[in-house]
Amino acid sequence: MTSAISIRDMLVSYEGFPALDGVSLDVGVGESFGIVGESGSGKSTLLRAVSGLTSFSQGTLTVNGRSYSGRRRDKEFYQTVQMVFQDPYGSLHPRQTVDRLLLEPLVIHGFDNIEARITRALDEVGLGSGFRFRYSHQLSGGQRQRIAIARALILEPKILLLDEPTSALDASIQAEILNLLEQARRDRNLTFVMVSHDLGVISHMCERLAVMKTGKVVETMPAEALEKREFSADYTRQLLVASEGFRRG
Amino acid sequence: MTVSTSPLLTVEDLRVTFPTRTGEVNAVRGVSFALGKERLGIVGESGSGKSQTGRAIMGLTPGHAKITAKKLAFGDRDLLAMPKSERRALRGKRIAMILQDPKYSLNPVSTIGRQIVETLKTHEKISTAEAKSRALAMLEAVQIRDPERVFDLYPHEVSGGMGQRAMIAMMLVCGPELLIADEPTSALDVTVQLEVLSILDKLVAERGMGLIFISHDLRLVSSFCDRVIVMYAGKIVEELPSADLAGAQHPYTRGLLNCLPTIGTDRHPLPVLDRKREWAL
Repeated sequence: MTSAISIRDMLVSYEGFPALDGVSLDVGVGESFGIVGESGSGKSTLLRAVSGLTSFSQGTLTVNGRSYSGRRRDKEFYQTVQMVFQDPYGSLHPRQTVDRLLLEPLVIHGFDNIEARITRALDEVGLGSGFRFRYSHQLSGGQRQRIAIARALILEPKILLLDEPTSALDASIQAEILNLLEQARRDRNLTFVMVSHDLGVISHMCERLAVMKTGKVVETMPAEALEKREFSADYTRQLLVASEGFRRG
Repeated sequence: MTVSTSPLLTVEDLRVTFPTRTGEVNAVRGVSFALGKERLGIVGESGSGKSQTGRAIMGLTPGHAKITAKKLAFGDRDLLAMPKSERRALRGKRIAMILQDPKYSLNPVSTIGRQIVETLKTHEKISTAEAKSRALAMLEAVQIRDPERVFDLYPHEVSGGMGQRAMIAMMLVCGPELLIADEPTSALDVTVQLEVLSILDKLVAERGMGLIFISHDLRLVSSFCDRVIVMYAGKIVEELPSADLAGAQHPYTRGLLNCLPTIGTDRHPLPVLDRKREWAL
Protein backbone atom coordinates (compact mmCIF):
# COMPACT_ATOMS: atom_id res chain seq x y z
CA MET A 1 0.00 0.00 0.00
CA THR A 2 1.43 3.37 -0.94
CA SER A 3 0.77 6.00 1.64
CA ALA A 4 -1.00 9.26 0.94
CA ILE A 5 -0.28 10.46 4.45
CA SER A 6 2.34 9.01 6.72
CA ILE A 7 2.74 10.28 10.28
CA ARG A 8 5.45 9.14 12.68
CA ASP A 9 5.63 9.98 16.40
CA MET A 10 3.92 13.31 15.98
CA LEU A 11 3.99 15.55 19.03
CA VAL A 12 1.91 18.69 19.52
CA SER A 13 1.93 20.49 22.82
CA TYR A 14 0.07 23.55 23.96
CA GLU A 15 2.07 25.29 26.70
CA GLY A 16 3.47 22.00 27.88
CA PHE A 17 0.20 20.06 27.61
CA PRO A 18 0.63 17.22 25.09
CA ALA A 19 -2.41 17.42 22.80
CA LEU A 20 -0.84 14.84 20.51
CA ASP A 21 1.50 12.44 22.22
CA GLY A 22 3.55 10.46 19.73
CA VAL A 23 0.93 9.59 17.12
CA SER A 24 1.84 7.37 14.16
CA LEU A 25 -0.58 6.68 11.31
CA ASP A 26 -0.54 5.63 7.68
CA VAL A 27 -3.37 6.45 5.29
CA GLY A 28 -3.22 4.71 1.91
CA VAL A 29 -3.87 6.37 -1.45
CA GLY A 30 -7.59 6.30 -2.18
CA GLU A 31 -8.43 5.09 1.29
CA SER A 32 -11.08 6.48 3.58
CA PHE A 33 -9.69 6.61 7.09
CA GLY A 34 -11.69 7.45 10.21
CA ILE A 35 -10.57 8.87 13.53
CA VAL A 36 -12.86 8.58 16.57
CA GLY A 37 -12.56 9.66 20.17
CA GLU A 38 -14.19 11.93 22.73
CA SER A 39 -13.49 15.66 22.93
CA GLY A 40 -9.98 16.38 24.06
CA SER A 41 -8.67 13.13 22.64
CA GLY A 42 -6.63 15.02 20.03
CA LYS A 43 -8.50 13.96 16.91
CA SER A 44 -9.05 17.49 15.63
CA THR A 45 -5.52 18.50 16.65
CA LEU A 46 -4.20 15.70 14.45
CA LEU A 47 -5.99 17.10 11.39
CA ARG A 48 -4.86 20.62 12.23
CA ALA A 49 -1.26 19.50 12.60
CA VAL A 50 -1.38 17.75 9.22
CA SER A 51 -2.90 20.78 7.50
CA GLY A 52 -0.43 23.20 9.07
CA LEU A 53 -2.96 25.09 11.19
CA THR A 54 -1.10 23.89 14.28
CA SER A 55 2.62 23.39 14.53
CA PHE A 56 4.01 20.01 15.55
CA SER A 57 7.28 20.02 17.43
CA GLN A 58 8.50 16.48 16.97
CA GLY A 59 7.95 13.60 14.57
CA THR A 60 7.66 13.45 10.80
CA LEU A 61 4.85 14.06 8.33
CA THR A 62 4.98 12.81 4.75
CA VAL A 63 2.19 13.70 2.33
CA ASN A 64 2.29 12.24 -1.18
CA GLY A 65 6.00 11.51 -0.82
CA ARG A 66 6.98 14.98 0.39
CA SER A 67 8.05 15.77 3.92
CA TYR A 68 6.71 18.66 5.95
CA SER A 69 7.54 20.02 9.37
CA GLY A 70 6.24 22.61 11.83
CA ARG A 71 3.61 24.84 10.26
CA ARG A 72 5.24 25.49 6.92
CA ARG A 73 3.25 24.21 3.95
CA ASP A 74 3.78 25.23 0.35
CA LYS A 75 1.20 25.90 -2.34
CA GLU A 76 1.57 22.42 -3.73
CA PHE A 77 0.53 21.02 -0.35
CA TYR A 78 -2.72 22.96 -0.36
CA GLN A 79 -3.45 21.86 -3.88
CA THR A 80 -3.11 18.27 -2.71
CA VAL A 81 -4.77 18.60 0.70
CA GLN A 82 -7.94 20.50 1.51
CA MET A 83 -10.04 20.58 4.67
CA VAL A 84 -13.73 20.82 5.59
CA PHE A 85 -14.53 22.05 9.08
CA GLN A 86 -17.18 21.19 11.62
CA ASP A 87 -19.12 24.38 11.94
CA PRO A 88 -20.55 25.55 8.63
CA TYR A 89 -21.53 28.82 10.32
CA GLY A 90 -18.00 29.64 11.37
CA SER A 91 -16.01 28.47 8.37
CA LEU A 92 -17.34 30.77 5.64
CA HIS A 93 -16.47 34.46 5.46
CA PRO A 94 -19.65 36.33 6.47
CA ARG A 95 -19.03 39.28 4.15
CA GLN A 96 -18.12 37.36 1.01
CA THR A 97 -20.54 35.98 -1.54
CA VAL A 98 -20.35 32.33 -2.53
CA ASP A 99 -18.79 33.48 -5.81
CA ARG A 100 -15.99 35.32 -3.98
CA LEU A 101 -15.46 32.38 -1.59
CA LEU A 102 -14.93 30.01 -4.50
CA LEU A 103 -12.92 32.50 -6.56
CA GLU A 104 -10.23 33.12 -3.96
CA PRO A 105 -8.56 29.68 -3.97
CA LEU A 106 -8.65 29.64 -7.79
CA VAL A 107 -6.86 33.00 -8.03
CA ILE A 108 -4.28 32.10 -5.37
CA HIS A 109 -3.37 28.93 -7.21
CA GLY A 110 -3.47 30.53 -10.66
CA PHE A 111 -6.18 28.38 -12.19
CA ASP A 112 -7.60 29.15 -15.63
CA ASN A 113 -11.20 28.74 -16.80
CA ILE A 114 -12.48 30.32 -13.61
CA GLU A 115 -16.08 30.79 -14.75
CA ALA A 116 -16.51 27.19 -15.77
CA ARG A 117 -14.85 25.89 -12.63
CA ILE A 118 -17.12 27.84 -10.29
CA THR A 119 -20.24 26.75 -12.16
CA ARG A 120 -19.10 23.15 -12.17
CA ALA A 121 -18.20 23.22 -8.46
CA LEU A 122 -21.68 24.50 -7.55
CA ASP A 123 -23.34 21.90 -9.75
CA GLU A 124 -21.28 19.15 -8.25
CA VAL A 125 -22.46 19.90 -4.71
CA GLY A 126 -26.05 20.11 -5.93
CA LEU A 127 -26.65 23.83 -5.46
CA GLY A 128 -26.75 25.27 -8.97
CA SER A 129 -25.78 28.75 -10.10
CA GLY A 130 -28.75 30.36 -8.32
CA PHE A 131 -26.65 30.27 -5.15
CA ARG A 132 -23.61 31.92 -6.66
CA PHE A 133 -24.20 35.49 -5.53
CA ARG A 134 -25.64 34.79 -2.11
CA TYR A 135 -23.98 35.49 1.22
CA SER A 136 -23.47 32.65 3.65
CA HIS A 137 -26.09 34.01 6.07
CA GLN A 138 -28.67 33.49 3.32
CA LEU A 139 -27.98 29.76 3.32
CA SER A 140 -29.08 26.94 5.63
CA GLY A 141 -26.54 24.86 7.56
CA GLY A 142 -26.61 22.05 5.02
CA GLN A 143 -26.20 24.47 2.10
CA ARG A 144 -23.25 26.13 3.84
CA GLN A 145 -21.56 22.78 4.33
CA ARG A 146 -22.08 22.11 0.61
CA ILE A 147 -20.32 25.40 -0.17
CA ALA A 148 -17.47 24.45 2.17
CA ILE A 149 -17.14 21.15 0.30
CA ALA A 150 -17.26 22.94 -3.07
CA ARG A 151 -14.51 25.29 -1.89
CA ALA A 152 -12.37 22.31 -0.90
CA LEU A 153 -12.99 20.41 -4.12
CA ILE A 154 -12.52 23.35 -6.50
CA LEU A 155 -8.71 23.01 -6.30
CA GLU A 156 -8.98 19.38 -7.35
CA PRO A 157 -7.18 18.05 -4.29
CA LYS A 158 -6.19 14.43 -3.79
CA ILE A 159 -6.75 14.32 -0.06
CA LEU A 160 -9.67 15.71 1.93
CA LEU A 161 -9.43 16.25 5.69
CA LEU A 162 -12.92 16.21 7.19
CA ASP A 163 -13.28 17.48 10.76
CA GLU A 164 -16.74 16.41 11.97
CA PRO A 165 -18.35 17.58 8.73
CA THR A 166 -21.89 16.64 9.76
CA SER A 167 -22.06 16.92 13.53
CA ALA A 168 -23.62 20.39 13.41
CA LEU A 169 -26.34 19.21 11.02
CA ASP A 170 -29.73 17.53 11.42
CA ALA A 171 -29.83 13.78 10.87
CA SER A 172 -31.73 14.13 7.60
CA ILE A 173 -29.24 16.70 6.24
CA GLN A 174 -26.33 14.58 7.49
CA ALA A 175 -27.38 11.75 5.15
CA GLU A 176 -27.36 14.14 2.17
CA ILE A 177 -23.88 15.48 2.97
CA LEU A 178 -22.46 12.00 3.56
CA ASN A 179 -23.84 10.85 0.20
CA LEU A 180 -22.34 13.91 -1.48
CA LEU A 181 -18.92 13.20 0.05
CA GLU A 182 -19.04 9.57 -1.03
CA GLN A 183 -19.99 10.57 -4.56
CA ALA A 184 -17.13 13.07 -4.74
CA ARG A 185 -14.71 10.46 -3.47
CA ARG A 186 -15.82 7.94 -6.11
CA ASP A 187 -15.71 10.48 -8.95
CA ARG A 188 -12.31 11.92 -8.08
CA ASN A 189 -10.63 8.97 -6.44
CA LEU A 190 -10.03 10.98 -3.27
CA THR A 191 -8.37 9.99 -0.04
CA PHE A 192 -10.43 10.86 3.04
CA VAL A 193 -9.33 11.37 6.61
CA MET A 194 -12.52 11.84 8.59
CA VAL A 195 -12.83 12.78 12.24
CA SER A 196 -16.08 12.08 14.06
CA HIS A 197 -17.40 11.12 17.47
CA ASP A 198 -20.15 9.10 15.80
CA LEU A 199 -19.12 5.50 15.24
CA GLY A 200 -22.10 4.93 12.95
CA VAL A 201 -20.92 7.66 10.58
CA ILE A 202 -17.34 6.39 10.63
CA SER A 203 -18.29 2.78 9.96
CA HIS A 204 -20.51 3.96 7.09
CA MET A 205 -17.86 6.16 5.48
CA CYS A 206 -14.51 4.56 6.26
CA GLU A 207 -12.60 1.38 5.56
CA ARG A 208 -10.23 1.67 8.49
CA LEU A 209 -10.29 3.70 11.67
CA ALA A 210 -8.13 4.75 14.56
CA VAL A 211 -9.46 5.21 18.09
CA MET A 212 -7.85 8.07 19.99
CA LYS A 213 -7.72 8.89 23.67
CA THR A 214 -5.72 11.54 25.56
CA GLY A 215 -3.55 12.38 22.56
CA LYS A 216 -2.64 8.80 21.71
CA VAL A 217 -3.89 6.25 19.21
CA VAL A 218 -5.44 3.47 21.30
CA GLU A 219 -5.93 1.11 18.38
CA THR A 220 -6.27 0.95 14.61
CA MET A 221 -8.63 -1.49 12.95
CA PRO A 222 -10.70 -2.19 9.85
CA ALA A 223 -14.29 -0.89 9.99
CA GLU A 224 -15.72 -4.42 9.82
CA ALA A 225 -14.10 -5.15 13.18
CA LEU A 226 -16.62 -2.78 14.79
CA GLU A 227 -19.48 -4.88 13.51
CA LYS A 228 -17.87 -8.15 14.58
CA ARG A 229 -16.71 -6.52 17.80
CA GLU A 230 -13.16 -7.60 17.20
CA PHE A 231 -11.29 -4.95 19.09
CA SER A 232 -9.05 -5.09 22.07
CA ALA A 233 -9.28 -1.71 23.79
CA ASP A 234 -11.86 -1.29 26.50
CA TYR A 235 -12.25 2.33 25.47
CA THR A 236 -13.43 1.29 22.00
CA ARG A 237 -16.12 -0.84 23.62
CA GLN A 238 -17.23 2.15 25.72
CA LEU A 239 -17.58 4.28 22.60
CA LEU A 240 -19.54 1.52 20.88
CA VAL A 241 -21.94 1.13 23.81
CA ALA A 242 -22.44 4.90 23.85
CA SER A 243 -23.30 4.92 20.16
CA GLU A 244 -26.06 2.39 20.66
CA GLY A 245 -28.24 4.74 22.68
CA PHE A 246 -29.69 4.72 26.13
CA ARG A 247 -30.53 1.49 27.96
CA ARG A 248 -32.45 1.41 31.18
CA GLY A 249 -31.23 -0.59 34.16
CA MET B 1 -48.05 4.10 31.72
CA THR B 2 -51.00 5.46 33.65
CA VAL B 3 -52.38 8.87 32.87
CA SER B 4 -54.30 10.30 35.83
CA THR B 5 -57.77 11.71 35.31
CA SER B 6 -56.74 15.37 35.32
CA PRO B 7 -53.50 15.44 33.34
CA LEU B 8 -50.45 17.26 34.63
CA LEU B 9 -50.28 19.39 31.54
CA THR B 10 -52.84 20.04 28.83
CA VAL B 11 -51.86 21.68 25.59
CA GLU B 12 -54.57 22.33 23.07
CA ASP B 13 -54.02 24.07 19.74
CA LEU B 14 -50.89 25.91 20.86
CA ARG B 15 -49.61 28.49 18.38
CA VAL B 16 -46.48 30.61 18.60
CA THR B 17 -46.04 33.38 16.05
CA PHE B 18 -43.09 35.73 15.57
CA PRO B 19 -43.69 39.00 13.75
CA THR B 20 -40.80 39.81 11.41
CA ARG B 21 -40.13 42.46 8.79
CA THR B 22 -41.15 40.03 6.06
CA GLY B 23 -44.38 38.94 7.71
CA GLU B 24 -45.33 36.51 10.43
CA VAL B 25 -43.35 33.35 11.10
CA ASN B 26 -45.50 30.59 12.51
CA ALA B 27 -43.07 28.58 14.62
CA VAL B 28 -45.70 26.41 16.28
CA ARG B 29 -48.97 25.82 14.45
CA GLY B 30 -51.60 24.08 16.51
CA VAL B 31 -49.90 21.57 18.78
CA SER B 32 -52.07 19.54 21.15
CA PHE B 33 -51.15 16.90 23.69
CA ALA B 34 -51.77 15.91 27.29
CA LEU B 35 -49.09 14.81 29.69
CA GLY B 36 -49.38 12.74 32.85
CA LYS B 37 -46.59 11.46 35.06
CA GLU B 38 -44.82 9.99 32.07
CA ARG B 39 -41.91 10.62 29.78
CA LEU B 40 -42.87 12.28 26.55
CA GLY B 41 -40.38 12.84 23.76
CA ILE B 42 -40.70 15.63 21.19
CA VAL B 43 -38.59 15.04 18.10
CA GLY B 44 -38.00 17.11 15.01
CA GLU B 45 -35.27 18.82 13.04
CA SER B 46 -34.17 22.43 13.52
CA GLY B 47 -37.01 24.81 12.85
CA SER B 48 -39.71 22.24 13.54
CA GLY B 49 -40.97 24.18 16.56
CA LYS B 50 -40.04 21.60 19.19
CA SER B 51 -38.04 24.00 21.37
CA GLN B 52 -40.58 26.80 21.00
CA THR B 53 -43.27 24.38 22.24
CA GLY B 54 -41.18 23.72 25.36
CA ARG B 55 -40.43 27.39 25.87
CA ALA B 56 -44.08 28.38 25.55
CA ILE B 57 -45.01 25.92 28.31
CA MET B 58 -42.21 27.24 30.49
CA GLY B 59 -43.14 30.85 29.71
CA LEU B 60 -39.80 31.76 28.16
CA THR B 61 -41.01 32.86 24.75
CA PRO B 62 -39.57 36.27 23.76
CA GLY B 63 -41.89 39.18 24.56
CA HIS B 64 -42.63 40.17 20.98
CA ALA B 65 -43.94 36.72 20.04
CA LYS B 66 -47.65 35.96 20.09
CA ILE B 67 -48.84 32.85 21.92
CA THR B 68 -52.37 31.57 21.55
CA ALA B 69 -53.94 28.32 22.64
CA LYS B 70 -57.42 26.96 23.18
CA LYS B 71 -56.03 25.59 26.41
CA LEU B 72 -52.64 25.66 28.04
CA ALA B 73 -53.14 24.37 31.54
CA PHE B 74 -50.85 23.08 34.25
CA GLY B 75 -53.12 20.81 36.28
CA ASP B 76 -56.27 22.92 36.37
CA ARG B 77 -54.52 26.30 36.26
CA ASP B 78 -54.56 28.27 33.03
CA LEU B 79 -50.97 29.25 32.23
CA LEU B 80 -51.84 31.95 29.71
CA ALA B 81 -54.41 33.74 31.89
CA MET B 82 -52.44 33.86 35.15
CA PRO B 83 -50.52 37.02 36.11
CA LYS B 84 -46.77 37.11 35.49
CA SER B 85 -45.92 36.92 39.18
CA GLU B 86 -47.81 33.65 39.57
CA ARG B 87 -46.14 32.30 36.49
CA ARG B 88 -42.76 33.21 38.00
CA ALA B 89 -43.63 31.41 41.20
CA LEU B 90 -44.46 28.32 39.19
CA ARG B 91 -41.32 28.48 37.08
CA GLY B 92 -38.40 26.78 38.79
CA LYS B 93 -40.65 25.51 41.58
CA ARG B 94 -43.23 23.30 39.91
CA ILE B 95 -42.11 23.46 36.28
CA ALA B 96 -38.38 23.29 35.57
CA MET B 97 -36.33 23.28 32.41
CA ILE B 98 -32.92 21.85 31.56
CA LEU B 99 -31.23 23.62 28.67
CA GLN B 100 -28.81 22.34 26.09
CA ASP B 101 -25.45 23.81 26.90
CA PRO B 102 -24.30 24.34 30.51
CA LYS B 103 -21.61 26.69 29.17
CA TYR B 104 -24.23 29.24 28.16
CA SER B 105 -27.10 28.58 30.52
CA LEU B 106 -25.35 28.73 33.89
CA ASN B 107 -24.49 32.13 35.34
CA PRO B 108 -20.75 32.55 34.68
CA VAL B 109 -20.08 34.97 37.56
CA SER B 110 -21.76 32.99 40.31
CA THR B 111 -20.62 29.72 41.85
CA ILE B 112 -22.62 26.56 41.20
CA GLY B 113 -23.57 26.27 44.85
CA ARG B 114 -24.80 29.85 45.01
CA GLN B 115 -27.00 29.32 41.97
CA ILE B 116 -28.63 26.27 43.51
CA VAL B 117 -29.15 28.05 46.83
CA GLU B 118 -30.65 31.00 44.94
CA THR B 119 -33.25 28.70 43.39
CA LEU B 120 -34.17 27.31 46.79
CA LYS B 121 -34.37 30.64 48.56
CA THR B 122 -36.48 32.16 45.79
CA HIS B 123 -39.16 29.56 46.18
CA GLU B 124 -38.97 28.43 49.79
CA LYS B 125 -38.65 30.15 53.15
CA ILE B 126 -35.56 28.41 54.48
CA SER B 127 -32.38 29.36 56.25
CA THR B 128 -29.12 29.68 54.34
CA ALA B 129 -27.64 26.76 56.23
CA GLU B 130 -30.54 24.51 55.36
CA ALA B 131 -30.47 25.64 51.72
CA LYS B 132 -26.80 24.80 51.56
CA SER B 133 -27.25 21.35 53.01
CA ARG B 134 -30.07 20.64 50.54
CA ALA B 135 -27.98 21.91 47.65
CA LEU B 136 -25.13 19.61 48.70
CA ALA B 137 -27.50 16.67 49.00
CA MET B 138 -28.80 17.42 45.52
CA LEU B 139 -25.29 17.60 44.07
CA GLU B 140 -24.67 14.21 45.61
CA ALA B 141 -27.87 12.89 44.05
CA VAL B 142 -26.58 13.78 40.58
CA GLN B 143 -23.50 11.71 41.39
CA ILE B 144 -21.01 14.49 41.83
CA ARG B 145 -18.31 12.83 43.87
CA ASP B 146 -17.08 15.78 45.87
CA PRO B 147 -20.12 18.06 46.35
CA GLU B 148 -18.38 20.35 48.86
CA ARG B 149 -15.71 21.22 46.31
CA VAL B 150 -18.05 21.59 43.34
CA PHE B 151 -20.36 23.81 45.41
CA ASP B 152 -17.68 26.51 45.41
CA LEU B 153 -16.65 26.18 41.76
CA TYR B 154 -17.61 28.55 38.95
CA PRO B 155 -19.25 27.05 35.83
CA HIS B 156 -16.11 27.55 33.72
CA GLU B 157 -14.13 25.43 36.16
CA VAL B 158 -16.11 22.26 35.52
CA SER B 159 -16.45 19.99 32.49
CA GLY B 160 -19.54 19.91 30.29
CA GLY B 161 -20.83 16.71 31.87
CA MET B 162 -20.33 18.11 35.36
CA GLY B 163 -21.98 21.40 34.39
CA GLN B 164 -25.00 19.57 33.01
CA ARG B 165 -25.29 17.56 36.23
CA ALA B 166 -25.14 20.80 38.20
CA MET B 167 -27.95 22.16 36.04
CA ILE B 168 -30.03 19.02 36.65
CA ALA B 169 -29.39 19.47 40.38
CA MET B 170 -30.45 23.10 40.22
CA MET B 171 -33.65 22.25 38.35
CA LEU B 172 -34.67 19.34 40.55
CA VAL B 173 -33.80 20.81 43.93
CA CYS B 174 -37.26 22.33 44.41
CA GLY B 175 -38.94 19.07 43.46
CA PRO B 176 -40.80 20.12 40.30
CA GLU B 177 -43.80 18.17 39.04
CA LEU B 178 -42.95 18.80 35.41
CA LEU B 179 -39.48 18.82 33.91
CA ILE B 180 -38.77 20.04 30.39
CA ALA B 181 -35.40 18.91 29.05
CA ASP B 182 -34.43 20.68 25.83
CA GLU B 183 -31.61 18.70 24.20
CA PRO B 184 -30.07 18.01 27.60
CA THR B 185 -27.18 15.95 26.27
CA SER B 186 -26.55 17.26 22.74
CA ALA B 187 -23.60 19.40 23.82
CA LEU B 188 -21.96 16.52 25.68
CA ASP B 189 -19.54 13.86 24.60
CA VAL B 190 -21.00 10.51 23.57
CA THR B 191 -19.47 8.71 26.54
CA VAL B 192 -20.74 11.31 29.01
CA GLN B 193 -24.22 11.46 27.44
CA LEU B 194 -25.25 8.08 28.80
CA GLU B 195 -24.10 8.90 32.33
CA VAL B 196 -26.12 12.12 32.39
CA LEU B 197 -29.15 10.37 30.90
CA SER B 198 -29.10 7.59 33.45
CA ILE B 199 -28.89 10.12 36.29
CA LEU B 200 -31.83 12.00 34.81
CA ASP B 201 -33.73 8.76 34.29
CA LYS B 202 -33.22 7.63 37.87
CA LEU B 203 -34.25 10.96 39.40
CA VAL B 204 -37.34 11.28 37.22
CA ALA B 205 -38.42 7.76 38.22
CA GLU B 206 -37.66 8.20 41.93
CA ARG B 207 -39.27 11.58 42.32
CA GLY B 208 -42.25 10.85 40.12
CA MET B 209 -42.47 13.77 37.75
CA GLY B 210 -43.66 14.34 34.23
CA LEU B 211 -40.91 14.78 31.68
CA ILE B 212 -40.88 16.40 28.26
CA PHE B 213 -37.69 15.42 26.47
CA ILE B 214 -36.97 17.55 23.41
CA SER B 215 -34.35 16.31 20.95
CA HIS B 216 -33.51 15.91 17.29
CA ASP B 217 -32.29 12.37 17.93
CA LEU B 218 -35.21 10.03 17.31
CA ARG B 219 -33.40 6.90 18.44
CA LEU B 220 -32.22 8.45 21.69
CA VAL B 221 -35.67 9.80 22.49
CA SER B 222 -37.38 6.53 21.74
CA SER B 223 -34.99 4.64 24.01
CA PHE B 224 -35.61 7.11 26.83
CA CYS B 225 -39.30 8.00 26.63
CA ASP B 226 -42.63 6.17 26.86
CA ARG B 227 -44.27 8.12 24.07
CA VAL B 228 -42.91 10.14 21.16
CA ILE B 229 -44.35 13.13 19.32
CA VAL B 230 -42.78 13.87 15.93
CA MET B 231 -42.96 17.49 14.78
CA TYR B 232 -42.48 18.92 11.32
CA ALA B 233 -42.86 22.57 10.32
CA GLY B 234 -44.59 23.52 13.58
CA LYS B 235 -47.10 20.68 13.61
CA ILE B 236 -47.36 17.22 15.07
CA VAL B 237 -47.16 14.76 12.21
CA GLU B 238 -47.20 11.61 14.27
CA GLU B 239 -47.61 10.48 17.85
CA LEU B 240 -46.80 6.95 18.91
CA PRO B 241 -45.56 4.80 21.80
CA SER B 242 -41.77 4.35 21.71
CA ALA B 243 -42.14 0.61 21.50
CA ASP B 244 -44.02 0.93 18.19
CA LEU B 245 -41.42 3.14 16.54
CA ALA B 246 -40.61 0.49 13.95
CA GLY B 247 -44.25 0.64 12.85
CA ALA B 248 -44.25 4.40 12.29
CA GLN B 249 -46.65 5.41 9.52
CA HIS B 250 -45.69 8.93 8.55
CA PRO B 251 -43.04 9.09 5.79
CA TYR B 252 -41.18 11.82 7.72
CA THR B 253 -40.79 9.63 10.83
CA ARG B 254 -39.74 6.70 8.68
CA GLY B 255 -37.30 8.93 6.81
CA LEU B 256 -35.75 10.16 10.07
CA LEU B 257 -35.29 6.57 11.23
CA ASN B 258 -33.84 5.44 7.93
CA CYS B 259 -31.34 8.16 7.24
CA LEU B 260 -29.02 7.38 10.16
CA PRO B 261 -25.87 5.43 9.32
CA THR B 262 -25.47 2.48 11.67
CA ILE B 263 -22.79 -0.06 12.36
CA GLY B 264 -23.33 -3.28 10.49
CA THR B 265 -25.59 -2.03 7.71
CA ASP B 266 -24.22 -1.40 4.27
CA ARG B 267 -26.37 1.17 2.52
CA HIS B 268 -24.69 3.31 -0.10
CA PRO B 269 -25.97 5.90 -0.75
CA LEU B 270 -27.95 6.51 2.44
CA PRO B 271 -31.67 7.03 1.93
CA VAL B 272 -32.46 10.75 2.19
CA LEU B 273 -35.67 12.47 3.15
CA ASP B 274 -37.84 13.35 0.22
CA ARG B 275 -39.74 16.26 1.72
CA LYS B 276 -43.28 16.45 0.46
CA ARG B 277 -44.97 19.82 0.39
CA GLU B 278 -48.17 18.41 1.87
CA TRP B 279 -46.37 17.50 5.13
CA ALA B 280 -46.09 21.18 5.97
CA LEU B 281 -49.70 22.05 5.18
